[in-house]
Amino acid sequence: MSNPGDSAIEHPARLDINHVSAGYGNIQILKELTFQVPHGGQVAVVGPNGAGKSTLFRVLVGLLPLKRGNIFIHGLPLGHHQDCVAYVPQRGDVDWKFPVTVRDVVMMGRYGKIGWMSRPSKQDQEIVAESIHQLGISKFINKPIGELSGGQQQRVFLARAIAQQPHILLMDEPFTGVDIGTQETALNLLEELHKQGVTVMVSTHDLNMAAERFKLVLLLNRTMIAFGPPSDVLTPEKIRTAFGGKVLFINGAVVVDECCPPADQDNSGA
Amino acid sequence: MSAALLQIRIIREHSQMVSLLLSPLSYSFMQRGMAAAILVGILCSIVGCYVVLRSMAFLGDAVAHAILPGVAIAYLLNSSLTTGALIAAILVALGIGILTRQGNIKEDTAIGILFTAALALGVALISTIRTYAMDLSHILFGNILGVTQGDLWLTAALSVVVLGAIVILYRPFLIISFDPILAATLRLRISLLNNLLMILLAITIVIALQTVGIGLVAAMLVTPPATAFLLTRRLVPMMFLSAMIGVFSSVAGLYFSFYWNIASGAAIVLTATLVFVLVFLFAPHRGLIWQKIQKRSAL
Repeated sequence: MSNPGDSAIEHPARLDINHVSAGYGNIQILKELTFQVPHGGQVAVVGPNGAGKSTLFRVLVGLLPLKRGNIFIHGLPLGHHQDCVAYVPQRGDVDWKFPVTVRDVVMMGRYGKIGWMSRPSKQDQEIVAESIHQLGISKFINKPIGELSGGQQQRVFLARAIAQQPHILLMDEPFTGVDIGTQETALNLLEELHKQGVTVMVSTHDLNMAAERFKLVLLLNRTMIAFGPPSDVLTPEKIRTAFGGKVLFINGAVVVDECCPPADQDNSGA
Repeated sequence: MSAALLQIRIIREHSQMVSLLLSPLSYSFMQRGMAAAILVGILCSIVGCYVVLRSMAFLGDAVAHAILPGVAIAYLLNSSLTTGALIAAILVALGIGILTRQGNIKEDTAIGILFTAALALGVALISTIRTYAMDLSHILFGNILGVTQGDLWLTAALSVVVLGAIVILYRPFLIISFDPILAATLRLRISLLNNLLMILLAITIVIALQTVGIGLVAAMLVTPPATAFLLTRRLVPMMFLSAMIGVFSSVAGLYFSFYWNIASGAAIVLTATLVFVLVFLFAPHRGLIWQKIQKRSAL
């Protein structure tokens, strides 16, 4: 596989983030973020609770205005593209009692193309069915989302993101609290997306997974600690800077102690 | 007469039942009241689905109470009470949005401040009117039998507007309610749509004032949709079932009110509540008793 530097020469950076600062009200959460993700790049976003991982994603989908700096997607400023960024929310951010079925949720991924009133086309129906099939949840297509297991619920939102056919896919903690099978499905999906040239950013607590499965890592704690290949970014020194005293190194493995996380500022302001 | 006796009589004498149902309708005030009750039943129950799913019950109640000063000012100026109520409701609904937008004040706090202030202003204004107690009770508890032909036309026209908006904006409203982040990636105008939904809610509340009054509007917005929620698994069926429950409660409540001489708004709300309790206990899968049985058979 080529390293990200090579593909950046062939294509302009998909995602270009310059001196970005953002937050809620007067509280600034992200300070002076600058990095570029190349075409088809896959980035693990790593940092402690409240580091601003979700905030960064909310900025990227346009839910939270920038306080300073700018973001370019394909060289155009944020907001000039309709529907090219897909977002897989944290499981805790979804109202699972909402009366919608698996098919309803995945079809929402097509709404940007279908519009407000028209019926979904045959092509839309096929894309939805294919996405559902790809994630292995065809059995549950007419089930309300509240009746699924955690892993199945995660797959529904992954299927929706695929149905959206995005250029950039953001996944907020997709590996937290799901079964191994779903984790594997999600990781295989990442490889598939890489072949299709989709740019992906995944936030995760799991430093070991970030090191093993991603070629780029963004280490974040309010401000950017480091960005680059895991071997450069995930050094004991830099991890300690990001996580403070909450990190232990045991025989080469990294353990983050977050048994008593502080109130998650990423969510409280949303 | 007790409900059981009434029921036996209904079964025994079919013709008597028909006259029982039809005789109230020989009065034109009952015809208009019935038409208004049906329209309100449909409208509240459908708009109420969003109120229930978005946890806006407190907001609906607050907007209803905040209407009082608008009605009072309209009364003092001798202009249309409905117009006054509509303006007040929309102002308060949008005001709550503005207070919470910059994030320093939580929504329920903003609602608490605004609606009590508006209610106090309303009471202050109405207390300057001499026939205070009489007018206030009509506003607070509804006066369905006082619905005029003009009220009915206005109610019908506003119902068409609100239901039309709910149909046309079904997908945007679904998305901003279920997943605001998806709404942002689709570049939907989220705050505009939220404000629009608030305005539709305000119009619905004003229409419902005639039948159930300020004090009981929240019940019409919440009880039928909550009942339908227990019985359905998708939004559109939930809306239809909710509307059916709303219409049934309104019509049945009005008959109870006619024969037992109780306040119509209270009769309608109590009927809706009874339906809710029955469903809460006996609904398949989600009902209390069903779940108890399931738990026992699992043991």
